[in-house]
Amino acid sequence: MKTLEQLLAEHPFFSGLAPDHLKLFAGCAVTLRVDSGEFLFREGELARSFFVVRHGSIAITSVTPQEGLVTIQTLDEGDILGWSWLLPPYRWHFGARALEPAALISLDATCVRTKCEHDHEFGYEIMRRFAQVMASRLEATHLQLMNVYESRT
Amino acid sequence: MNPAPEIATATAAADGMLPEVWRVDRVRRETHDTFTLELGPERPGSERAFEPGQFNMLYVFGVGEVPISISGDPRRRDRVVHTTRAVGRVTNVMSGLKTGGRIGLRGPYGTPWPVAAAQGRDVVLVAGGIGLAPLRPALYAILHRRNDFRNVVLLYGTRSPGDILFRQELERWRARFDLDVHVTVDRGAPSWKGNVGVVTTLVQKAPFDPRNAVAFICGPEVMIRFTAAELQRRGVPLDDVHISMERNMKCGIGLCGHCQLAGVFVCRDGPVFPYSRVADLVTQWEV
Ligand SMILES: Cc1cc2nc3c(=O)[nH]c(=O)nc-3n(C[C@H](O)[C@H](O)[C@H](O)COP(=O)(O)OP(=O)(O)OC[C@H]3O[C@@H](n4cnc5c(N)ncnc54)[C@H](O)[C@@H]3O)c2cc1C
Ligand code: FES
Repeated sequence: MKTLEQLLAEHPFFSGLAPDHLKLFAGCAVTLRVDSGEFLFREGELARSFFVVRHGSIAITSVTPQEGLVTIQTLDEGDILGWSWLLPPYRWHFGARALEPAALISLDATCVRTKCEHDHEFGYEIMRRFAQVMASRLEATHLQLMNVYESRT
Repeated sequence: MNPAPEIATATAAADGMLPEVWRVDRVRRETHDTFTLELGPERPGSERAFEPGQFNMLYVFGVGEVPISISGDPRRRDRVVHTTRAVGRVTNVMSGLKTGGRIGLRGPYGTPWPVAAAQGRDVVLVAGGIGLAPLRPALYAILHRRNDFRNVVLLYGTRSPGDILFRQELERWRARFDLDVHVTVDRGAPSWKGNVGVVTTLVQKAPFDPRNAVAFICGPEVMIRFTAAELQRRGVPLDDVHISMERNMKCGIGLCGHCQLAGVFVCRDGPVFPYSRVADLVTQWEV
């Protein structure tokens, strides 16, 4: 069976990470399986962890008065899920629900934040990688809002 | 005696501008605003070959003429298939045509998708909204000679599940083991179990080798720009990215200059271009 360090090293988010930094992450990690329809977290709850998607598909959801629960994005193998744990007030802005049975790695937020405070190089590396994820999600969200498929030019 | 060269050219041009009458053999409603017309020639012998990516000028009698790409199988010469989204004056009236109705047609015109040049390589087709229609003939041609290509990937994005074109065909394509089909929508209804997110987000994980892939992109130009950027980020050289451009057209054959942008005639030099050639034009508004 693979160790947590090996599992993390296989994931694109952690690719090229120094072995001692991988070890720091692995110390905060546990594997997790969820069934189809199960919520990983709901909007407004405390963000106690973030997740690495190994297999399966996860819907990022929001509740709207008109439509109820809507999916605003889906994530799957190779994606990273959640950054509300990084910044106060550490509450989820959206929910996350498995669309099919999924395998993940859960990283404990307090554990990772504490390690970031103690080892700023490690903290910088995390911030840099999350900034990249956030920038590409923001770009994708802009395109979704622009209704690109129906625009003329 | 032969006519003077300028007279011969003018006659050929005038001939090129004359639509032939075609019959509507079948109408299919694809979505709330998009429909497919299957056309057969009114005059026997008018059948014509076309290459994937080419378009016809369709004339709705008494209303006007618009360029519409051919969306059918290039091996079928006995009929011409067009899939159109009703957006304005001509296309709205066209959407009301019934089986047995008549339409004017001239073409096919324009440059094709470079399907032959993609042989021996991975092929990535990226479509947005109505953009799946002009790409479909390229996919037919590729599937017809599937063994000549390596991985074939179709990435398709629409606004909502209700805007997805050719649903049954997509299901059949998805079931094939030699074709990777990924569909995504901007906004999923509660019953939607597929991907949600813009089509550009599918590029990074799609199964192709960026050093040996050819990409065809068809959709609105904003989508083309962001998709080309994602492909480039993945390592695909822009010379291997081909796009289909849309500009308002009148003659469709390089005479009137209506579709011209910085010396490029979209009707004659395009509509399919290597992205490296037109990257600067894709950001320009029409004048
Ligand atoms: C080479 C080429 C191939 C094309 N292939 C297809 C095709 O296969 N299927 C298809 O449906 N269309 C296709 N088009 C686009 C099509 O030609 C136009 O939608 C059509 O000319 C609109 O004419 P209209 O008289 O109905 O609309 P107009 O009355 O001219 O326009 C009405 C309004 O709609 C807007 N509009 C016009 N065109 C579009 C558009 N394409 N998308 C969004 N808004 C628009 C205009 O800005 C205007 O506000 C193609 C265009 C080109 C140049
Ligand atoms: S439409 Fe007339 S030159 Fe292109």
